[in-house]
Amino acid sequence: MLKGRHLIEPEDFTKEELDEIFTLANSIIENQNMYLHSCDGKLLATLFYEPSTRTRFSFESAMLRLGGNVVGFSEPGSSSVMKGESIADTIRTVGSYTDIIAMRHPKEGAPKLASMYSPVPIINAGDGGHQHPTQTLTDLLTIQNIKGNFSNLTIGLCGDLKFGRTVHSLIKALSRYENNSFILISPQELRIPPYIKNVLDDKNIKYIEVEKLEDVIGDLDILYMTRVQKERFFNEADYIRLKDSYILDSEKMKLAKEDLTVLHPLPRVNEISYEVDNDPRACYFRQVKFGMYVRMALILKLLGVE
Amino acid sequence: MLNIDSIANGIVIDHIKVGYGFKIFNYLGLDKADYRVALIMNVPSKKYGKKDLIKIENVMDLDLTMLGFIDPNITIAIIEDEKIKEKIHLSLPKKIENVIECKNPRCVTSIERNIVHKFVLVDEEKGIYKCEYCDHNYDGWEG
Ligand SMILES: [Zn+2]
Repeated sequence: MLKGRHLIEPEDFTKEELDEIFTLANSIIENQNMYLHSCDGKLLATLFYEPSTRTRFSFESAMLRLGGNVVGFSEPGSSSVMKGESIADTIRTVGSYTDIIAMRHPKEGAPKLASMYSPVPIINAGDGGHQHPTQTLTDLLTIQNIKGNFSNLTIGLCGDLKFGRTVHSLIKALSRYENNSFILISPQELRIPPYIKNVLDDKNIKYIEVEKLEDVIGDLDILYMTRVQKERFFNEADYIRLKDSYILDSEKMKLAKEDLTVLHPLPRVNEISYEVDNDPRACYFRQVKFGMYVRMALILKLLGVE
Repeated sequence: MLNIDSIANGIVIDHIKVGYGFKIFNYLGLDKADYRVALIMNVPSKKYGKKDLIKIENVMDLDLTMLGFIDPNITIAIIEDEKIKEKIHLSLPKKIENVIECKNPRCVTSIERNIVHKFVLVDEEKGIYKCEYCDHNYDGWEG
């Protein structure tokens, strides 16, 4: 039963519960009209203690498309009511007005704290560099729709694998399914942290670490791109030597399989050239749409309305 | 060995890791005691080579969770009429609240007022706890 539950980190839900959400999301994709009034009279609060227009729009569009309504703030400064108030008090107040809360906060663990006081379901919409579970649900629904399932895949993750939380969550999520392997593409200083490698080692999952995308792109079923910030490199020489290895362009796409799926959590800076956008293998804008559908399904499940 | 009178009614905290006796003495506020208390350090021990020991001539409530967190190898003997009435072996508590604070500067516990600092045991062997909010590991008590 997902009704009344919180979503703070991707592992809060079992594989079966995730399946329930994806099944509902697919049903929404097939027949949106059936769900136009599912959330009539329901209210979603979007409490964004730091701005993230993209994520907030996704939640709000999801709720509005279900017939529900939305209240909230998009940065704490704009809301004098919340100024100086503890998270616990804010949540108890907002939870009295609304039916479900999506919360983004710069401090790690803030949504967890909120869930301890909230009378209504809390959805973590990102807490600093910690967790962003609805991005993981988005990535999974996209993969399921394009690849048909979550098994027997070679998944390449490219860019900043050290600080990229969406990458960590996605690896953990996909490691729960059969026969996947990972190719981790990053500069030395931005390699995946040991705790993620432990997860893979414990489950005997194959992975390799490489420095250059062009060396491995031909082996991939999925390529998940993330941004590499210049400041993250330790030295200028490495940056100059490697920077182009983390930019996906038409030349590299020529080396890739015909059914490669390119994903990106967006927004991008320059890590995917615009020329790639027209390639049918570029799926990152479809991914955005799946993000809204999966949030619609999540809201319905947590509210217990279908 | 140093001779310390045995106690008639009270508590003996035994098998304390060397160096932790004084910390526990302080934690229990025994410096302010008006009853007989003995802190003995570096006592020869068969099990550990050396240990610390505290004898308290008083019946008092002990926070076993906290003591277990400070040193899970401690044993506690409750003495009544010069006999051991009860012997308690401690272990690392599964959960602790408001005992330690998260050291992650990005953790929500660094900004929220009146927050309950919560940690859960993730590795019993190594004694590692993680913050229930931000998942950061915490190892080693420095009380
Ligand atoms: Zn913490």
